[in-house]
Amino acid sequence: MVILVDNRSADTPLPQFDAPGGDVDRQRRVDGAPPPADTQTSASNAVDPASPPKLGWVHSHETASTVDGPGFRYVVWLAGCHLRCQYCHNPDTWAVNHGTRRSVEGVVADAARFADFLRTTGGGFTVSGGEPLVQAEFALRLARAVKPRLNLHVALDTNGYLGERLTDDDLDAVDLMLLDLKAFDAERHRRVTGFDNAAILSFAERLARLGRPTWVRYVLVPGLTDDAENLRRLAAFVAPMRNVERVEVLPFHQMGRHKWAELRLPYPLEHTPAASIEQADAARQVFREAGCVVG
Amino acid sequence: MKPSVTASAADPSSIDPHRGFAAGRWQDAINVRDFIQTNYAAYEGDDAFLAGPTQRTAGIWAKLSERFKAEREKGVLDVSQIPSSITAHEPGYIDQLNEIIVGLQTDAPLKRAIFPNGGWRMVVGSLQAYGYEPDPQVAETFTKHRKTHNDGVFDVYTPEIRKARSAHLVTGLPDAYGRGRIIGDYRRVALYGIDKLIEVKRIEKALLSKQHSTESVIRDREELAEQIKALKELQAMGAAYGFDLSEPAANAKQAVQWTYFAYLAAVKEQNGAAMSLGRTSTFLDVFIERDLKEGTLTESQAQEIIDDFVIKLRIVRFLRTPEYDALFSGDPTWVTEAIGGVGADGRPLVTKNSFRFLQTLYNLGPAPEPNMTVFWSPKLPEGFKKFCAKVSIDTSSVQYENDEALRGMGGDDSAIACCVSGMEVGKQMQFFGARVNLAKCLLYAINGGRDELTGDQVMPAFEPIEGDTLDYDQVMQRYDHAMEWLARVYVNAMNCIHYMHDKYAYERIEMALHDYSPKRTMAFGIAGLSVVTDALSAIKHAGVKVRRDETGLVTDYEVQGGYPAFGNNDDRVDSTAGWLVETFMAKLRKHPTYRDATHTQSVLTITSNVVYGKSTGATPDGRKAGEPFAPGANPMHGRDQEGYVASALSVAKLPYDEARDGISLTNTVLPSALGSSRDDQVQNLAACLDGYFGTGGFHMNVNVLDRETLIDAMENPEKYPQLTVRVSGYAVNFVKLTPEQQRDVVNRTFHAKL
Repeated sequence: MVILVDNRSADTPLPQFDAPGGDVDRQRRVDGAPPPADTQTSASNAVDPASPPKLGWVHSHETASTVDGPGFRYVVWLAGCHLRCQYCHNPDTWAVNHGTRRSVEGVVADAARFADFLRTTGGGFTVSGGEPLVQAEFALRLARAVKPRLNLHVALDTNGYLGERLTDDDLDAVDLMLLDLKAFDAERHRRVTGFDNAAILSFAERLARLGRPTWVRYVLVPGLTDDAENLRRLAAFVAPMRNVERVEVLPFHQMGRHKWAELRLPYPLEHTPAASIEQADAARQVFREAGCVVG
Repeated sequence: MKPSVTASAADPSSIDPHRGFAAGRWQDAINVRDFIQTNYAAYEGDDAFLAGPTQRTAGIWAKLSERFKAEREKGVLDVSQIPSSITAHEPGYIDQLNEIIVGLQTDAPLKRAIFPNGGWRMVVGSLQAYGYEPDPQVAETFTKHRKTHNDGVFDVYTPEIRKARSAHLVTGLPDAYGRGRIIGDYRRVALYGIDKLIEVKRIEKALLSKQHSTESVIRDREELAEQIKALKELQAMGAAYGFDLSEPAANAKQAVQWTYFAYLAAVKEQNGAAMSLGRTSTFLDVFIERDLKEGTLTESQAQEIIDDFVIKLRIVRFLRTPEYDALFSGDPTWVTEAIGGVGADGRPLVTKNSFRFLQTLYNLGPAPEPNMTVFWSPKLPEGFKKFCAKVSIDTSSVQYENDEALRGMGGDDSAIACCVSGMEVGKQMQFFGARVNLAKCLLYAINGGRDELTGDQVMPAFEPIEGDTLDYDQVMQRYDHAMEWLARVYVNAMNCIHYMHDKYAYERIEMALHDYSPKRTMAFGIAGLSVVTDALSAIKHAGVKVRRDETGLVTDYEVQGGYPAFGNNDDRVDSTAGWLVETFMAKLRKHPTYRDATHTQSVLTITSNVVYGKSTGATPDGRKAGEPFAPGANPMHGRDQEGYVASALSVAKLPYDEARDGISLTNTVLPSALGSSRDDQVQNLAACLDGYFGTGGFHMNVNVLDRETLIDAMENPEKYPQLTVRVSGYAVNFVKLTPEQQRDVVNRTFHAKL
């Protein structure tokens, strides 16, 4: 059963689902070994609706990523995203119950194995997705546990659509926002993602107002998001924000194509070419000219 | 026309060789470290200053490359049957008019000499393998009149040592060839000149005259007498090339030349398994900086001198048997040079000359020798870190060692003997002892001391494991017993070997370039760490069934399910690896050593992991009989599934205090896994090294390679004459490996993610 979750308020407990029957998120043993102790895949994890969720749906994790914030990072991809970006390279993270139920304790214990290493590289811990704010409460519990216990820098990789779910206090639990802006004007944003971007832009402005350190990330898709005027307007929007430490232009690639096929979803960018180095550099130049620091 | 660097300088003989150097304790006693510390200028910049190869350099290298081709085809290019010594051969040149740094082991480049003092049998075997018949006169000398190290050892080996040796429980012992792993402080010749060094040795000897003539005092006096003779021979060798080494070097070119002559004397006298250079680059930088300041040298000329020096180091050759080369992959000499690091006062020991050494990998192309070894610390200057990472990505020719660990053990003037063995230059030496096969030992534990391949009773018989399934506690109890026996036999073998090596094949010149009575370690080693660790994990977590032959001998195993494997940063199994290192070390320490050497241990296989695998039956981790082990402390191929970092962190947990002779990790990562852009790749590799060494990792060989490149090189070797791959504490020329070794390298884990 695959259930897509809409944006609901942070106070609402997440719905419970049947066991997904999915794999443990990463097999780190020679086949057949038992799954990690904190994993629950049976109905026994039914949660009292009155109490906050102890477990979150984790799509997968990576122990040493170099592309999800500064340095080497332990990344947890939470399941669930309501945007339907045409270029999404992980459509398998859309469903909120596609993955494994993990406890905060379990994730922290696993990340602890890498904490010294991550710290030494100037890296840390990144909560990503999916859209991690679909499970905002779990995402925050992770951030609040990791920071003091592992003394790690914490980043949250979000599209910002559900930014209202975070209080100003909540924002303090995150050292760095990785804010994925998809397009500047509303209509294009709807075309790219299926949703309006007013909430996203206002979240960006809120981060700026509060001076929360942020990296803006922008996926450049030839013919979809590479329109010069749109780029210029986005750059002009971002440039005055002094909290934005850098803008990253991520060239579109086709490495997610097989996932659309496996999920039997029609892939709108089936025949779109990957963005070239030149195209990416040109887009970076637009941001640079507007006065942004481009990483 | 000889483009001599000194041509424009004043006559060096008329000027003070120490002019412009800051005063210090180095003037009162032999103390190269103090000279470096009081005189070097750390360099914190990037690689922009570096110069490319001159036409001259390219010309010499091209000339040699033709000979390399002929050498590859024939195995050895030429042989001299004059027993090698410091002065045995007339001067030799590659291209006399164009060489800046001169000196060859024999009278022609790539012509290999014989070293009969180590063992006559090895000489005969090597000669015959390449179609030469031993000179009858030399044969008579070394079979009738002069005893060799090899003869001596076999006179005193006990029956159980012989048994353990022929069963391949103890392997690679230096009982038929030079033990190596001794690093003379070759810099002393450049800084002090031979006269001063002889004077100091005479004083040391005179002090011994006052002591009662016990066996050890007599030995020391004789050794000092030999050391003085060797220094005089070095002086004579220099004179034959037209140089007066009695005085210190007066400029950069001389400093390199003097240092190289000292090293050359060592490789003329010894064919030690590993003949490291030491830690010369920052020392030499002091001389180069002085010349640059005096206006007698340009950057291009400085690079040219280092390029020419490195060319010489690349053509060090020994005549060895094909079996020896099969064991060690290719034709390694381990001319290891330690580069970089941080000093005790916190100043990085990185100089422009650290960059110049690495730059030779661009100017001359990648190569396995000299064995470029960067002492890594997160505190290294960023510019140097980035350059190292870049060189690794481009050439896969650099290895890294933990600067902090080495500084803690031997101070900030330590170097590496061979691959991972740290020692303080000129103040410490080791008795090298290869390694025991702990995986085979585990099989003996299960079979009551019988060999799993031959059925022979090698260890004294004890009760084998009964039943169809291995019981963890029973296995552990017997394994402890078997290791106890093996450790005792191993220390006994080592004592015999090193007693005889000192007696019949003493390293006169290398020891002349040490302080009197240096610190001695006895360097034991273990192979099969990850096989044993996984096997014990399988027995504990999965259950392992045995298959027996008709005599009851267990010859195969069936793993009953999954188990946590070493190499995934999983404490449940990583702790077993640590336990194994500690346990065997403790057992070794129970047995006294020759000359009261301190027991140490390495987790390093060189590339003999292939050969060890061949001579070891199936193991309870699911490895089939004959399959290679993982090299050094590496996790087994393909079982480290959590990526490069997790794999490395498992190894980083091994306790260095219980393996002070070094812990080797060889990793291969796909270029794409390091990042999409070159800048990202450089930055990520540097950060990864910060993380690994910052969390206690000891050594890392970094290969940045595609599997496809290696497969193509197997099929089209002529396209890749210089393709270099780090294997296990050193690098090899990939096309020189046997097909079996090439397959092993190709089959290793190529990390597609960090």
